[in-house]
Amino acid sequence: MSDINVTSAGAMSADPSSRYLVREHHPEHGTMLGFWIYLMSDCLIFACLFATYAVLGRNYAGGPSGGELFDLKLIALNTAFLLFSSITYGFAMLQAKVKNKGGTLLWLAITGLFGLCFLGVEIYEFMHLIHEGAGPQRSGFLTSFFALVGTHGLHVTFGAIWLVTLMVQISKHGLHAANMRRLNCLSLFWHFLDVVWIGVFTFVYLMGVLP
Amino acid sequence: MQAYPTETDPIFGRLSWEAIPFHEPILLATFAGVALGGIALVALLTYFRVWGYLWKNWITSIDHKKIGIMYMILGLIMLLRGFADALMMRAQQAIAFGDSAGFLPPHHYDQVFTAHGVIMIFFVAMPLVTGLMNYVVPLQIGARDVAFPFLNNFSFWMTTMGAVLVMASLFVGEFARTGWLAFPPLSGILASPDVGVDYYIWSLQIAGVGTLLSGVNLIVTIVKMRAPGMDMMKMPVFTWTALCTNILIVAAFPVLTAVLAMLSMDRLLDTHFFTNELGGNAMMYVNLIWIWGHPEVYILILPCFGIFSEVVSTYCSKRLFGYTSMVYATCVIMILSYLVWLHHFFTMGSGASVNSFFGITTMIISIPTGAKLFNWLFTMYRGRIRFELPMMWTVAFMVTFTIGGMTGVMLAIPPADFVLHNSLFLIAHFHNVIIGGVLFGLFAGINYWFPKAFGFKLDVFWGKVSFWFWVVGFYVAWMPVYALGFMGVTRRLNHIEDPSLAPYFQVAAFGVVLIALGIGAMLVQFGVSFMRRKQLRDVTGDPWGGRTLEWSTSSPPPDYNFAFTPVVHDNDTWADMKKNGYKRPLKDFVAIHMPSNTGAGFIIAALSALVGFATIWHMWLVGAAAFVAMMVVIIAHTFNYKRDFYISAEEVTRTEEQHTALLGSHV
Amino acid sequence: MSDHNQHHGHGHGHDDHHDHADGSAVHGSMKDYVIGFVLSVILTAIPFWLVMNHVIESPATTAYVILGFAAVQMVVHMVYFLHMNSKSEGGWNMLALIFTVIIVVITLAGSIWVMYHMNANMMPVMEGHTPQQMHDM
Repeated sequence: MSDINVTSAGAMSADPSSRYLVREHHPEHGTMLGFWIYLMSDCLIFACLFATYAVLGRNYAGGPSGGELFDLKLIALNTAFLLFSSITYGFAMLQAKVKNKGGTLLWLAITGLFGLCFLGVEIYEFMHLIHEGAGPQRSGFLTSFFALVGTHGLHVTFGAIWLVTLMVQISKHGLHAANMRRLNCLSLFWHFLDVVWIGVFTFVYLMGVLP
Repeated sequence: MQAYPTETDPIFGRLSWEAIPFHEPILLATFAGVALGGIALVALLTYFRVWGYLWKNWITSIDHKKIGIMYMILGLIMLLRGFADALMMRAQQAIAFGDSAGFLPPHHYDQVFTAHGVIMIFFVAMPLVTGLMNYVVPLQIGARDVAFPFLNNFSFWMTTMGAVLVMASLFVGEFARTGWLAFPPLSGILASPDVGVDYYIWSLQIAGVGTLLSGVNLIVTIVKMRAPGMDMMKMPVFTWTALCTNILIVAAFPVLTAVLAMLSMDRLLDTHFFTNELGGNAMMYVNLIWIWGHPEVYILILPCFGIFSEVVSTYCSKRLFGYTSMVYATCVIMILSYLVWLHHFFTMGSGASVNSFFGITTMIISIPTGAKLFNWLFTMYRGRIRFELPMMWTVAFMVTFTIGGMTGVMLAIPPADFVLHNSLFLIAHFHNVIIGGVLFGLFAGINYWFPKAFGFKLDVFWGKVSFWFWVVGFYVAWMPVYALGFMGVTRRLNHIEDPSLAPYFQVAAFGVVLIALGIGAMLVQFGVSFMRRKQLRDVTGDPWGGRTLEWSTSSPPPDYNFAFTPVVHDNDTWADMKKNGYKRPLKDFVAIHMPSNTGAGFIIAALSALVGFATIWHMWLVGAAAFVAMMVVIIAHTFNYKRDFYISAEEVTRTEEQHTALLGSHV
Repeated sequence: MSDHNQHHGHGHGHDDHHDHADGSAVHGSMKDYVIGFVLSVILTAIPFWLVMNHVIESPATTAYVILGFAAVQMVVHMVYFLHMNSKSEGGWNMLALIFTVIIVVITLAGSIWVMYHMNANMMPVMEGHTPQQMHDM
């Protein structure tokens, strides 16, 4: 299925063994495929958290429900932050493609800023809920809510740390092949965070306020 | 139950001298033995000054061959620990009837059967299977290493650190008393406030990360690094089964990670995933853990099916019958294994419609397995069969696994399962398929590939002694257990009321002694083989007349595996090359690009074990510091871009000339 | 500081494979990102509007509709942001995605189906309380 670079052993004599050998063989980099597969496994972790939320999501234990707790305007704002961060990352990639280091770093920084805004809003939301007595210990619903949304938030946090690290590495070493691979990987990761968020805002927040 | 001090200590959390089991004589004796043995080992290593060698050449090695060997060593050492647990259980059950309480009170017995299961699955079977796949697959596909050599090293050390945590629980604190899957609410904080379940969770989480990364690694290796000309349908069958196994790993282990994280949140943070009150649902744990658990057992058996395919075709000197159907059967098993999980809890109450669906899928999954068996038999038919040890293990597998599979189909029928669930019949079934399938397959694989890894064959006499003790011992140990299960004896009992059942248990205990002799004989086999290695030497690299590419290298292969990457034209590539007069190249070697060794994997894994240990004992400061240190090391490691080097053409030439000389010495 | 305001389309389509050292990663174009963004905004705004304004009578129908929108938006992200196509990595990316989707569906649907039956059969019903009241307890 994949094409492989082959430099044939033309230098060898016409002995039958030469059809069984190649002098120099450079297998393709597996980094992008490997990272994609890891991302698929991460999807499965989220699938388990979604499944748990599906099962426990109406177990209010006499406590507050989604309809009583969720502030959809805030969630819309957060969704906007994340969506914008996705497109700014895209702009960063476009800059990287033409090897514009400064442009890349700028758009990465803006992406990081949007990510931090997202996290800030989410932390505010969580603290508010806990303050209201609607923390993860209150009910099965709230446990699964905090686990799912919190895990997504943790992923955004790790993504942000990675982003900062990569910015340092790009400013030090430029946009060479290894850093391009890393940018591509972080791109996959960052966009995937937005894909998972689509699931979160739909399944948890929007459906959570429906009776 | 141990009493823990209130957690006033900011550094030591709830760890105190009371955690050391001074009052348990068996544990104290074991600890003394391990400590003395450990000190002796450390002293020996220091005396012979091999620490530097070990660090440079093994601990930091990213070579898939060395890592594969280290996995095998881990698995075999843990086999001894897990088997010791088995001996204790059988001994207890042979004597504890009526008034006699035996020597293992429930508090201790429960830890023994939990540890036995956890160790055998996670720290024996998984490492042995992973080790073989790691060693063999790159060689079989004509590659120089796996796709991500550093990750490979890291995965190994994560698995080892998981094992270290389990072993630590023996001497510091205690282990879980919940059974190997730790169902809540028993494993929740109310019923198990002690450290046991926390040890369980952390050792599995850490080992699980290692396994998951290994899964990604091997998939990318097989997809991307095959030699030119090796299309998917020209891959050796063992590589196919390795691919499907690793796909299952990537598909299943995230579920284990998620569900154990949820359990630990319930225990640490007082959340309500699986609690009885405030909206938790313990049945969801059972559901999720078996969504992982069923693919897990297929992860164990599929590589062994691959081993049998290689062994049968080699020792029958015949191309494997039905290659295409083997591949399809493997893929079908892989997909179906994700559709049967509920058969592990038919009795939990999901009702007739759900039970029927899963009962039917469970029965269907036996069909592709049967197809494989017929393919092996047809390969053997009219072949010139050589009954070397791997072939003997294969035949033993065919008979034993078939019996175990049939009892599995019995259990797949929900009404029957309502009688048999959690009885000794179930225990006998899964030991039947795991020992008969996985373990016999691993022994076949070890005997088969040992000469490739070490350059000398394993001693045949002691191998046969081990074989016969294992096979006879297996039947003597487990057939009575089937009978006991039929008669209604429940699993996990440390004491049986009815003394008329004693003879069955005593026969089973005798069987386990025979197996112990089998294990002993295997250890002797290793020792004798090492001492007789000159006579058992394999100079050709191809002691069995193999058919796949790993046999085209020297035994052991050079660091770079292949001086020139092979080009593939047909299945059974090596057999094809031999048939067409292939000659090894003797000159014009080029420099080879290789990855460098690194200590980062070991260090990060050790730090994660420290995070685990600290969290178990509520040593929050230590845990936080270790976590930060781990992140710093990880980030620092990413700043290291110089991770490779070249083996010069001269060195390659020297190595190849040595191999040529060796081949020439073979008369 | 480079001219980051100059977002002229470079005209790199999906089939412009450079010989990347990073291994045939396909990059998108400005056009892709903008289209993806606009579609995502629309596909987000509509569900929020439907729910916040109680536009559809039945909550069940609303749920199905917004789930449908979510599925479509996920595909939009895959295509326009992640440049998902059947060619990347020789088709293995697509295969991995399809396999993952299948496993996710089995996990979600299987768990929901199984747990629904478990809850119906096994969760305790106290005297004087309906199962619904038990839910809220």
